[in-house]
Amino acid sequence: MRTTGLLFCGWLLSTACLAAIDPTLLKPLASEDSESKIAAIAALAQAAPDEALPVLKALADDSLALAGERVVIVDGARVLDAASHTEIKPTPAATETIGINNRVRRELSGALAALRLFSTERAVRWQAAQELTLSADAKMLPLLDKALAVETDPEIRKRLQLAHAQASLGSTEAGVRLAAVRVLGESSDPNVRQMLLPLTEKRGDAWIEPDSAVRAAARTSIRSIEQRLAWADNLGRAFTGLSLGSILLLAALGLAITYGVMGVINMAHGELLMVGAYSAWVMQGVFRAYLPGAIDWYLLAALPVGFLSAALVGILMERIVIRHLYGRPLETLLATWGISLFLMQVARTLFGAQNVEVANPVWMAGGIEVLPNLMLPWNRIIIVGFSIAVLAVMWGILNLSRLGMFVRAVTQNRAMAGCVGVPTGRVDTLAFGLGAGIAGLGGVALSQIANVGPDMGQGYIVDSFMVVVLGGVGQLAGAVWAALGLGVFTKFLEGWTGAVVAKIVVLVFIIIFIQKRPQGLFALKGRFVES
Amino acid sequence: MRPSPARTPLIVRLGQSFDMRSWQMAGLFAAFALFAVPIMHLALPPDHPLHLSTYFITLIGKILCYAIVAVAMDLIWGYGGILSLGHGLFFALGGYAFGMYLMRQIGRDGSYQSDLPDFMVFLDWKELPWFWVGSDSFVWVALLVLVVPALIAFVFGYFAFRSRIKGVYFSIITQALTYAAMLLFFRNETGFGGNNGFTDFKRILGYSITAPETRVVLFGLSALTLLGTLLLARTLVTSKYGRILTAIRDAESRVMFIGYNPLWYKLFVWTLSALLCAVAGALYVPQVGIINPSEMSVANSIEIAIWVAVGGRGTLIGPVIGAFIVNLAKSWFTVSFPEYWLFFLGTLFIVATLYLPQGIVGLCRKLRAGMKRDRHPLAPAAKGVQA
Amino acid sequence: MNAIDLPLNNHDNPDWDSGTAELGHLLKPGELDLSHKVILYLEDITVSFDGFRALNKLSLAIDAGELRCIIGPNGAGKTTMMDVITGKTRPDEGSVFFGQTIDLTRLSEPEIAHVGIGRKFQKPTIFENHTVFENLELAMKTDKRVWRSLFAQLDSAAGDRIAETLQLIRLDAQADRLAGLLSHGQKQWLEIGMLLMQEPKLLLLDEPVAGMTDEETERTGELFLSLAGKHSLVVVEHDMAFVKQLGSKVTVLHEGSVLAEGTLEEVQSDARVIEVYLGR
Repeated sequence: MRTTGLLFCGWLLSTACLAAIDPTLLKPLASEDSESKIAAIAALAQAAPDEALPVLKALADDSLALAGERVVIVDGARVLDAASHTEIKPTPAATETIGINNRVRRELSGALAALRLFSTERAVRWQAAQELTLSADAKMLPLLDKALAVETDPEIRKRLQLAHAQASLGSTEAGVRLAAVRVLGESSDPNVRQMLLPLTEKRGDAWIEPDSAVRAAARTSIRSIEQRLAWADNLGRAFTGLSLGSILLLAALGLAITYGVMGVINMAHGELLMVGAYSAWVMQGVFRAYLPGAIDWYLLAALPVGFLSAALVGILMERIVIRHLYGRPLETLLATWGISLFLMQVARTLFGAQNVEVANPVWMAGGIEVLPNLMLPWNRIIIVGFSIAVLAVMWGILNLSRLGMFVRAVTQNRAMAGCVGVPTGRVDTLAFGLGAGIAGLGGVALSQIANVGPDMGQGYIVDSFMVVVLGGVGQLAGAVWAALGLGVFTKFLEGWTGAVVAKIVVLVFIIIFIQKRPQGLFALKGRFVES
Repeated sequence: MRPSPARTPLIVRLGQSFDMRSWQMAGLFAAFALFAVPIMHLALPPDHPLHLSTYFITLIGKILCYAIVAVAMDLIWGYGGILSLGHGLFFALGGYAFGMYLMRQIGRDGSYQSDLPDFMVFLDWKELPWFWVGSDSFVWVALLVLVVPALIAFVFGYFAFRSRIKGVYFSIITQALTYAAMLLFFRNETGFGGNNGFTDFKRILGYSITAPETRVVLFGLSALTLLGTLLLARTLVTSKYGRILTAIRDAESRVMFIGYNPLWYKLFVWTLSALLCAVAGALYVPQVGIINPSEMSVANSIEIAIWVAVGGRGTLIGPVIGAFIVNLAKSWFTVSFPEYWLFFLGTLFIVATLYLPQGIVGLCRKLRAGMKRDRHPLAPAAKGVQA
Repeated sequence: MNAIDLPLNNHDNPDWDSGTAELGHLLKPGELDLSHKVILYLEDITVSFDGFRALNKLSLAIDAGELRCIIGPNGAGKTTMMDVITGKTRPDEGSVFFGQTIDLTRLSEPEIAHVGIGRKFQKPTIFENHTVFENLELAMKTDKRVWRSLFAQLDSAAGDRIAETLQLIRLDAQADRLAGLLSHGQKQWLEIGMLLMQEPKLLLLDEPVAGMTDEETERTGELFLSLAGKHSLVVVEHDMAFVKQLGSKVTVLHEGSVLAEGTLEEVQSDARVIEVYLGR
């Protein structure tokens, strides 16, 4: 903090006594010839970096002009002298804007970036350093040296060193290039790798880089960058895998109760997710209409609504259909499939056949950049966190609450539970409602990252069953591991086979795995115990 | 010595009890399909009240193929107790195998005038993939239809039954199987036309595929195949094999401990069922003129189960009735009230499982038994085969 | 008694031998070898489920032609022992030999049935949707491969055998009824009949007289006694009167191992047995 303060004071001091620029340096800026313009920009930046900034900015903004022989800056109605930065009075009658072509503009932006390195704002310097990493060349070396001398922020210094090394690559001295290549090896930027690659290649018969020691160093550097890149890639994949896993988990958690614990094959489970997702959409509409100021918080309101509406649908399903089919899993499967068709058509009739748009709240937009090539989006992070929370709540309900105890009692021995006064019928309904409600919560979360439409549920049903079946029926922990494992495995597989093949491979893998270990996976409990 | 009726087990006698009538029905049906339909379609002028339109022929022809699938499904589900949610796969595979031949029959009449099927030209492929070799030969393709789906079913079934996967687990992994296959066939690189599948067929064995005569022949073939399937299935379920199959369904461990290995019993009916589906698929494709991966969708396979459930499991004729009812309803709804079709189908699933455990055939039997009892108050209640 | 003997006289039936020869691959090294007069060896069998030891170093030998009763309190491992013998459960440790040569731990359930072990479950398991006649027909010893079943025809000898067994188990009047409609005791008898149709060399009977009337129980006892000698029988039973009727050697199982062995009187006076049964 203190150092920045000091720096700031220094900057203030230097601006206060802004020395006038030698007008002969400014003159060539107005030249017709691009070459001389470029030379002038470089010369200016080098000779008087502090004073040059406003001038070059003006040039970039097309507000640098020629008033007779004098180079001036047009600032709205005012006209400033470019050399002394003082207002000219009376205002010159006619000014002629100095035009620049694209080539000059490129050079100019590089120079500007270099100059911005001396800004007092850390963020400006950081951005400037970052831009320079991609465009630094030998001409900027002196400037970078100067910047390095005053820069104290370690992250910016690191960037600057990289830019410096990059600029040094063009040096004629092999020793300088060697040092630069070594420094660049510490980068984890894919662009740096691109930059180093030519050093190891041949153009025609000759090496682009004549010095063999530099070439060898370049190869080493490339390798270490690639390792770091691969690492970040893998980290990224692991994260997207985790994110996919948490989505699978959200989709499967409700099923872990209805199927895993109660043994009800609910093919309409995907449609319960859909109910949750549509609740999010409806709440978004409600907030837009009545609470536009709090629109960003509609999602929080959608959670209880999603839970309750899905639970309600679930309870109705259980009361009307499923309870008559306990102990007949195949019939349950078919009947719930019918319910799923029914619910799909209801959604189509109510909300239309098209997908509806559910917007992310502002606080879910953006993400954290962990590495240059690794960005973790907030919505995914929040969903991972959310699935953990839902899991914890569910675990709590099943293991700590009275309902959970009843559910476990009923699934272990229905008749006995009934004898000791557990209201088995009501427990079934409530447990099924709970599973459905959790599916609704999953649906609210899914609305943030997936399409919301009448057919959305169908896409999750196979996956959800795979998770529960793979994890072992009747075990929450199994479902968690299976979901995460499947998620990460799928994402890594996608890396080298593509999404569709990865999906096929995963399905085939599960089919084979189940056949290899049916006993271990189907730790049957409750109603499923075979006679 | 006991009198002979005891020698003939009950199921056989049940089969024989309406044998005479079912033979008559079969004969009537064959005569209708092979003589009446061609005459009504080809010979009668379009404005004649008895004229059968092309739409009708195609629709019924299609449903005949579905009925074959339904009977195949009844064998495995009604008698074997194994609910497959992947039968759409075998149906589609049979269709694809035969579709390869139909694609090759297009010859150079496709939009790219190439020897290769259009989609391959579109993908810039230069030659046929290895699995297309020989697809221009009808005999070879017919062999593929019979062998490939059956082989896949055999291998899959072998591992599944050997691991004693049954009940809903089996259903779920068959569902995963057909889902995976659908994803595979959606890819262009797989070599079966991706999303669009095969379509725009022109000829079959050199005859125009849209010619009324060809349609009538295909219709007749489907009808005969259905009859053959029913006969085969009836013979099978009334044999000792059929009794063991239902015994496995009811008490598998008992069957094992008296020395039968359920693996081979299940595998046989499973593979046979897949083969019948494949044949149905091969008959289906030239009639509807298209095959694409959506035939392998999970929903399609489950629909097969509802045909069987509606008609009556374990009755063989029931699934045929079910296939007709559901599919006729489907074509009526999708034309008249498309938005209510899923409501109807959904309700059908629920009602059939809740209130019609024996399907329509079971309901009829119950009603008939009820009427008989009314007439002869002392006669014992008829015992139906419980499925 | 003559009627009882009849259906079981087919021991030297050449069909059986040729049948087994055809199924040679199932019968590991071949025929049942009874050269040491012992038909079944269990040695140091241990089975655990999730840490619970259902069988704990259980050793047992059954002689050829012996009738053996196994008693023991609930959870002593009686049913698990039968599961191990019939291949339903694989032991974690120990060996199970049928005769001198056939290692039962390497065979599947149907293979074990083929070498000559029949089992009656605790809860009668019969084919409820088949007639009594069909139940017996399916159980009958024959080639049980798919291809044979497809074209199998009931010949008159087989019909006679079924008829005889029907008489023996007193279900000849019920032959065409669905087995599911029988009374509990009749179902028990039907299952025993099915076992006899299998012509096993060793019969494992798990609580065969549960749910039977006294008269039925007594007849069952007579039947078992008549079978002993030609067949080996292992009977698990809680009904002490029935065990007494059988008058055979009794083995007491407790916590997965043999607690006592001897005549019923001997084990009933054994202090440890009394402790186990009456609590301490």
